[in-house]
Amino acid sequence: MSKRIDVNDLNVYYGNFRAVEGVNINIEARSVTAFIGPSGCGKSTFLRTLNRMHEVLPGARVEGEVLLDGENLYGPGVDPVTVRSQIGMVFQRPNPFPTMSIRDNVLAGVKLNNKRISKSDADALVEKSLTGANLWNEVKDRLDKPGSGLSGGQQQRLCIARAIAVSPQVILMDEPCSALDPISTLAIEDLIEELKTEYTVVIVTHNMQQAARVSDKTAFFNIAGTGKPGKLIEYNDTPTIFNNPSEKSTEDYVSGRFG
Amino acid sequence: MSQTATRTPSPLRKNTLTKNQLPKWAIWAVLAGSLVLGAAVSSLIGFHVVGWALFSAVIFVIAGFLVTLSVEGERKAKDRFASNMIYAAFIVALVPLVSVIWTVLEKGLPGMTSNFLFTSMNGMTGVVDNETVENGTPVLGGAYHGIVGTVLITFWATVISVPVGLLTAVYLVEYSRGGPLSRGITFFVDVMTGIPSIVAGLFAAALFGLIFGPSTRTGFVAAVALSVLMIPVVVRSTEEMLKIVPNELREASYALGVRKWRTIIKVVVPTAISGIASGVTLAIARVIGETAPLLVTAGFVNSINFNAFAGWMTTLPTFIYRQLMNPTSPTNIDPSAQRAWAAALLLILIVMLLNLIARVIARLFAPKTGR
Repeated sequence: MSKRIDVNDLNVYYGNFRAVEGVNINIEARSVTAFIGPSGCGKSTFLRTLNRMHEVLPGARVEGEVLLDGENLYGPGVDPVTVRSQIGMVFQRPNPFPTMSIRDNVLAGVKLNNKRISKSDADALVEKSLTGANLWNEVKDRLDKPGSGLSGGQQQRLCIARAIAVSPQVILMDEPCSALDPISTLAIEDLIEELKTEYTVVIVTHNMQQAARVSDKTAFFNIAGTGKPGKLIEYNDTPTIFNNPSEKSTEDYVSGRFG
Repeated sequence: MSQTATRTPSPLRKNTLTKNQLPKWAIWAVLAGSLVLGAAVSSLIGFHVVGWALFSAVIFVIAGFLVTLSVEGERKAKDRFASNMIYAAFIVALVPLVSVIWTVLEKGLPGMTSNFLFTSMNGMTGVVDNETVENGTPVLGGAYHGIVGTVLITFWATVISVPVGLLTAVYLVEYSRGGPLSRGITFFVDVMTGIPSIVAGLFAAALFGLIFGPSTRTGFVAAVALSVLMIPVVVRSTEEMLKIVPNELREASYALGVRKWRTIIKVVVPTAISGIASGVTLAIARVIGETAPLLVTAGFVNSINFNAFAGWMTTLPTFIYRQLMNPTSPTNIDPSAQRAWAAALLLILIVMLLNLIARVIARLFAPKTGR
C-alpha cells in the first residue's frame, strides 16, 4: 500500500515569482526521503506540490509533472481532492481540530467526508491509527477529551494518526518536529521508522542529524540568492550526501560551513 | 563575627533604594478631606448632591496631586493625577448607564403586572384610564400584542438576515480572494451599516407597495426593513470571526482529502460558531429597539396579531411611542406613561436575556479545552 513518486521538470510559481526551478527527482516506495536546505530554498513549497496543497494559496501554480506510480497528478481532469486523499500530509505546527475530541480527530478524514462507518469499524480504525502513531497507550482512556488538551508532541502524533487513518499511499511531513522537544522528536522519529514499512514517507527538516538518522535518501535544495528560484542541488543515498557529496555547496551545508 | 551578623542590615544605615512614600491611608485621608471640603464649598451656593460630588472630585484631584508632589516627587504626582483623571472619566461614562437603568427600574417596575404582560390594549379607551386615576383601580391593558409583535418581527428579520449575512461572509473570506466583486460588497456593506433606519423602513414599504399595492403593512414588511439593518452587522461580525480561524485548520482538512465546501461547513464555521452566535445576538439587539422603520412598515394596532403576513402589528418600541405621544386618555396620561415605562423595562430585559443566551451559546460551542 504505497506508491513511488517521479517528478519531471517541475517549476513552482507564486504569481509571477518562480519559487522552485527544474526539479527532477525519483522517490522510492516504502522509503524515507528527507529534503534539507537553508530557509527559503523552496523545499516546503516543493513538498506541498506533491499533494497539490500548493495551489490552495492564491496565485500559486505549477508547471511540469508529478507521477504517482506513473499517473500524473497535474494531468487534465485530475481532482486535487482525490490526490490529497492518497497523499497525506503532516504540518509543521500540530493542528488538531479544536472542536473535536481525540477520537473524532482520528476519524476526521472519514467523518468530514460524510462516509458511513459502523461504530465497531470506527473503534477499530481509531485503535489501529493511534497504535500506528504510537499514541494509543497514552490516550486510550480519554478518547472523548478534546485533542487540543494533549501536549505538543502528542498533538503531532495525533495529526499523524489522523493522516494515516485515511490509508494514504504517501505521507508528506513538513518539519514535523520543529515545534517539539527532543523526547517528542525521538518518538516521532521512531514512528517514521515504523511508517516506512507501509508507506512512502517524505520529510522536510532543518535538522541534519534528523535527516541522517531517519532517511534512506536525502535531497539537498539550495538558493542562489534572494529573489532567485530554489533548485535541487543533489539527491543521493543519505550516507553519500553526508559523507561524500559530489557538490561543493552540499558539503558546505552538511558540514555547517554554510553562509 | 558570624556571617549572619554581617548580613543583618544595620539600623543606622539607610537603604538607598527607598524613597519617600506616602502611607497607605494617606489617599483615603485626602479623599475624606475632599468630601468635607466639597460639602462646605457646595453649601456656599446651595447644597446639592451633584454639586457636592463635582466639587469633591475637583478638590480630590488637585489635593491628591499636591500631597503626592510634596512627599513622593514629581513623577509619582503626575502618575496620581493621570490615574485620578482616568477614574473620573470612567465614572462620568458610567453615570448615564446607571441613571438609565435606575430610572427605567423605578418607573417601570410598578407597571410590571400580569395585566401588562398578558393582555393587549384591545378595547382600552380613555374612559378606563380616567376611572383608574379617579377611583384608584389598577391600570388595565398591557403590551402583550407588543411582545408578540416584537418577537415575531425580530424572528423573521433574523431568519432573513442570518443566512444572507453568513453566506456573504463565507464568500468574502473563503472564496473571493480580494477580487473587484468582494471589494464592492465590502464597500456596500459599509454603506449599509450607515443608512438611517427610517430609510430602511421606507425602502421596505416602497418595495412591498410596488408588489402588493400601496400601503401594504404587515409584520413581514417590518422584518424586511429590519433585515436591511441587520445584514451588514451580521456580515461584518461573521467576516471577522471567519478570518481568525487559523489557516492551518483549513489546510489540515484539505490534506485529508476533504472538499472545500465541506471544510467550510464542518471545520471553519464550527470553529468560529461562538463568535458568530454572539455577533448575531448583537445584531438582534441592535434592531429590536428600532421604532421609526416599524411605524412605516408594520403600522400600529391595539389588538393581538399572531400572523406576520397579514394585518398590522405593534412592537414594544412603537407601543412605547404611541403610549407617550398619543396617551389612551388625553386628560389622564399617567396610566399610559406607566405602561410605556414598563414596556421600556421589558425591552431592556429582553435584550439582556438575548446577551445571556449568546454567552451560553458561545460557551456551548466554544472550542473545547482541558485534558
